[in-house]
Amino acid sequence: MLSELDKDIVRLMQEDIPLVERPYRLIAQKVGISEEELLERLENYHIEGMLRRVGPVLYHRQAGYKANGMTAWRVPEDGMEGFADLLVGYSQITHLYQRPTYPDWPYNIFAMIHGKEEGEVESIAQTIFQSCEIDDYTILYSTEELKKCSMRYFMN
Amino acid sequence: MDEVDRRLLTLAQEGIPISSTPYKDLGREIGISGGEVVERLNTLKEEGYIRRLGGIFSSKRLGYVSTLVATRVEEESFYEVADVINRYDGVTHNYRRNHDFNLWFTLIAPSKDDLEDKLEEIESIEGIEKMRNLPAQNLFKLGVKLKV
Repeated sequence: MLSELDKDIVRLMQEDIPLVERPYRLIAQKVGISEEELLERLENYHIEGMLRRVGPVLYHRQAGYKANGMTAWRVPEDGMEGFADLLVGYSQITHLYQRPTYPDWPYNIFAMIHGKEEGEVESIAQTIFQSCEIDDYTILYSTEELKKCSMRYFMN
Repeated sequence: MDEVDRRLLTLAQEGIPISSTPYKDLGREIGISGGEVVERLNTLKEEGYIRRLGGIFSSKRLGYVSTLVATRVEEESFYEVADVINRYDGVTHNYRRNHDFNLWFTLIAPSKDDLEDKLEEIESIEGIEKMRNLPAQNLFKLGVKLKV
């Protein structure tokens, strides 16, 4: 269970951290602990997997990745592991999940492919298809961003 | 954005050190001072390359639950529906996509019950023709670190 202090730390760390020489000293002051204790707690959150990392969240489009294709694949149950192993190796694939299917949505594996243009996404998808013969897939591009933000936890 | 910025962003995406002087420690790896790291990160933020610089948490490890939702929204009320969905704080991503399911969003909530309540509310919004809940059953990879 997270203590109130842990939640205070999450609340501050999920915002922008200060761009000053010693940012954690400032955050520690705000939550009323020493810089040393804060660093120790953050290190523990990181080890436990609660804090994935401290770093920048980029606008991918500005960073040159203009075509982000959400590819969805229909993979038989017994081929799932091999397929996932193959896809994990692609550096352009950032998210890879298994999700449920429906009669009107038969695709069970989702892979987000980032490319500089749509052609690049398509050629990666084709390379995958050629190396594993899973030919039932679809590529969905985001044609409009309606909302994108970071989750803010423990706000009520 | 110059070559140093590129190297800085690529490195920073791996994680900024959790230390007393994180920017200085980061800069050391690419041969620039802590002051220069701060200056460059400030500029990259101002120029819109960086959306946020801070902690990236695992919603699951914080006790939250999340899902991906596919919906088909009738074209005439598309933006009104999108606005109603966007009003939920737990909706962090929402995109129009080139598919019969034309609106896809992610939803994060503090509990499974809360998530299901919200999904039920959203499903009843007028203009949503159908909705499919697609929670992750297996996570094979999550590494949002791109070469810049």
